[in-house]
Amino acid sequence: MSFMQIKDLCVHYPIRGGFFNTVVDQVYAVDGITMEFDKGKTYGLVGESGCGKSTTGKAIIGLERITSGSIIYEGEEVTNQRRKRNSAYNRDVQMIFQDSHSSMNPRKRVSDILAEPIRNFTNMTPDEERRRINELLAIVGMPEDAKHKYPHEFSGGQRQRLGIARAVACNPKLIIADEPVSALDLSVQAQVLNFMQDIQDEYGLSYLFISHDLGVVKHMCDDIAIMYRGRFVERGTSKEIYADPRHIYTHRLLSAIPNIEPETRLERKVERLQVEKDYKDKQHNYYDENGKVHPLQPITDTHFVAMLNAEGGN
Amino acid sequence: MWKTILRRFLVMIPQLFILSLIVFIMAKQMPGDPFTGLITPETDANRIAELREEAGLNDPIVVQYYNWISGVVQGDLGKSYTYKRSVSSIIGERAYNTFLLSLLSAILVYLIAIPLGVLAGRYQNSFLDKSIVLYSFLSYAIPTFVLSLIFLFLFGYQFEWFPTSGTVDVSLEPGTMDYYWSKFYHILLPSITFALLGTTSIIQYLRTEIIDASGQDYVKTARSKGIPMRKVYSRHIFRNSLLPIAAFFGFTITGLLGGSIFIETVFGYPGMGQLFVQSIQSRDYSVITALVMLFGFLTLLGSLLSDIIMSIVDPRIRID
Amino acid sequence: MSGANELLEIKNLSTSFRIKDDFFPAVDDVSLTLKKNEILAIVGESGCGKSTLATSIVGLHNPNNTKVTGEINYKGKNLVTMTDEQFNNVRGADIGFIFQDPLSALNPLMKIEQQIEESLIYHTKLAKAERQARVLQLLEQVGIPNPPRVAQQFPHQLSGGMRQRVMIAIALACKPPIIIADEPTTALDVTIQAQILDLLKELQAETESGIILITHDLGVVAEVADRVAVMYAGQVIEEAPVVELFRNPKHPYTRSLLNSIPQMNSEGDKLNVIHGIVPSLKNLPRTGCRFSPRIPWIDRATHEDNPTLHEVAPDHFVRCTCWKTFHFEDEGGSVQ
Repeated sequence: MSFMQIKDLCVHYPIRGGFFNTVVDQVYAVDGITMEFDKGKTYGLVGESGCGKSTTGKAIIGLERITSGSIIYEGEEVTNQRRKRNSAYNRDVQMIFQDSHSSMNPRKRVSDILAEPIRNFTNMTPDEERRRINELLAIVGMPEDAKHKYPHEFSGGQRQRLGIARAVACNPKLIIADEPVSALDLSVQAQVLNFMQDIQDEYGLSYLFISHDLGVVKHMCDDIAIMYRGRFVERGTSKEIYADPRHIYTHRLLSAIPNIEPETRLERKVERLQVEKDYKDKQHNYYDENGKVHPLQPITDTHFVAMLNAEGGN
Repeated sequence: MWKTILRRFLVMIPQLFILSLIVFIMAKQMPGDPFTGLITPETDANRIAELREEAGLNDPIVVQYYNWISGVVQGDLGKSYTYKRSVSSIIGERAYNTFLLSLLSAILVYLIAIPLGVLAGRYQNSFLDKSIVLYSFLSYAIPTFVLSLIFLFLFGYQFEWFPTSGTVDVSLEPGTMDYYWSKFYHILLPSITFALLGTTSIIQYLRTEIIDASGQDYVKTARSKGIPMRKVYSRHIFRNSLLPIAAFFGFTITGLLGGSIFIETVFGYPGMGQLFVQSIQSRDYSVITALVMLFGFLTLLGSLLSDIIMSIVDPRIRID
Repeated sequence: MSGANELLEIKNLSTSFRIKDDFFPAVDDVSLTLKKNEILAIVGESGCGKSTLATSIVGLHNPNNTKVTGEINYKGKNLVTMTDEQFNNVRGADIGFIFQDPLSALNPLMKIEQQIEESLIYHTKLAKAERQARVLQLLEQVGIPNPPRVAQQFPHQLSGGMRQRVMIAIALACKPPIIIADEPTTALDVTIQAQILDLLKELQAETESGIILITHDLGVVAEVADRVAVMYAGQVIEEAPVVELFRNPKHPYTRSLLNSIPQMNSEGDKLNVIHGIVPSLKNLPRTGCRFSPRIPWIDRATHEDNPTLHEVAPDHFVRCTCWKTFHFEDEGGSVQ
């Protein structure tokens, strides 16, 4: 049974205009998203820039105001409520940011950065706190003396690992990782991804992995949702999405990913152009007259696609 | 665009109303009233009391404010206690003088600041740059009245290069070339003084903008097109750096008005600044309040002007 | 120079930056040749010197804190020794440059038409009307719908993909035989990236020009490159035709990189991690194999004292001899 459910989550921003600066329209940044989180699993949220994937992550953790919909955590409604600073939800859902540099106070030492969540959510003695910080540094594979340093003294990959250490400080259940490796070089990215998998295995964490990189998402995730214009166009297990994509937009994304097989690039290009052509020709099948994504229809128990007359089967 | 401008004007109304309230109350809190200055050992105390009663100074402050503001709404700014004339006519003749002074000052400020800022930015860290920065800090540190007094003493009294007070040589026939020259001649020294002190922010801003713009990617693009460096500066760097300066223009109005208080007082130039100081001394409430309202209005207008200029010079910004 | 097909010959090029009073080479003794009608990819991680190399080719470094030595030979002239004025005749006319972020690389205050027209003003004798016609033709060529409208627009009014097309139009304006594209698709979404890469490839074939493509993305390399040079710590450590590089990578660094790509079929597996970190400019090892500190389990004796490039197969060059005995840490023993 899932420990957390998100139902019909919407984040709309008003557009103001006219003489009296009234609300004339809405930006549907997130427009009705439903998800469930199981223990120990990784959920991918994929889409191109502006599709609303980051807003979704921020809304879940409470950095964006939710317009409508609900988040239920262990049976309790936690949407937009004035949660106490040390509520279970705040402790159990943590976030890792893309830019590890700007997400850490440059004037604080690593020990203070890591101690902050510990002080917020637990009542440790200074001694216990110190031990916990050493432990955290050991978990992320950094030497103990790192705690006396400032964030800028670390490389990008090291800082991202510190960000993870901060997120896991209070044994969270879910970590929202917003493009955690997009700013990193390939070899460093590998390090951070491996490491995220290690702590997941060890502590039974769940991840919501937000990324534009379909390769990384495939590598990391059990379940994947493809997002476009604030809605899911397709949702399913990793295998279903990659082996049997149903939505034209998923097709388009998949065919655009560069592959490290130079021999087959011409065939891939032909296929890509065909998909692009289909994408232009078959718009009406997949989007309504206002360009909105249709509601999701089930194909199998786990695979959903947003189109009219979706055929079941497989 | 017109809608926005109209809306901004409407928003000014409550702002000016609150401003007038604050100023009126503060002016009333000052010790003394317009008739305090008239009291001599020979004056009849009863006469003063009568005058006070006549002028409505004994009414409750709310009534006084109401009387005054209802006049303002009908376009009547009231009557000056000291000059016994309508406030609008007094301000009217002074405003023209201040306008002339401010205009010349503003022109000089930009004439001095833009070349200096551009040079400092382009030849960053050179001797020239360091001298300009030093100048801009010095001018920032010197209080207006100090430099005004020094200039007045040196160029007015010692060398007698410039007139020391007034707006025009009274012996001249209005309308003649000499008359206009004399007007210009009278505002020249105050304007130069003012301009020398008013350049700091523009120089510093422009210098930083130019240094900043030189490192931008679009400058690299321009260089990669093989455009000569001179042209890269004139077509890409300067234009982009001058943008914030253009937007700054509206705000200089505020600075000029503030500065005019000192400059006009020291140089004996009968403009609004001098009038302001005089009316405070003589507790001429209606003039004080009217002037503060006018200054407030011009400041708000300046910021609106800045927004409009910005939307004209920067294609990325649209007011609608 | 050999062969008439060679467009640009880079010989022993070094570019050093001044830090305090010392110069540190960000590009160290790089020799490469760009041929006509090919895309040469230069790939590497941040700090490997690939962007510095690109900037050196067009001479856009600040001469006050940069020292460039070696040769860049183009049409019998050495670009390195040119004055800035002489170089201005080459930039734009003979070498076009495409930047990573098309939003910041376009002047926000100038209309698209003016920005494309600029290089025509300085490099051609076209009249105003002819230049405008050429601008429209260029916009058409890079696949922009409704060129007359776009020509009168400002950069912020266009989407990211359209802006990058405009950048390409700027680079192509004077039909330069050489184009340098510095991470041209890094700032773009994957679907747009695919379109831009297709466009680059098509334009290159059409104009028979030579493109130097700077990128960190091996996927992009596999999609468009003809030849690849891999850079590490300022040096080219491997150079090969594209299929050869992906099928028979030799240098330990290239192999490690390829193994750390999260692939479509790698779920669950552990990605390869390269030990340690990329040395900073100030801490570059000045002698010996620069990659050796990151493969400590490999016997030091297998490295060369002064590693040079060796031709291990036709047109396939590898620096140092350590590749012969290299194996991944968990493989144990020699597998080569």
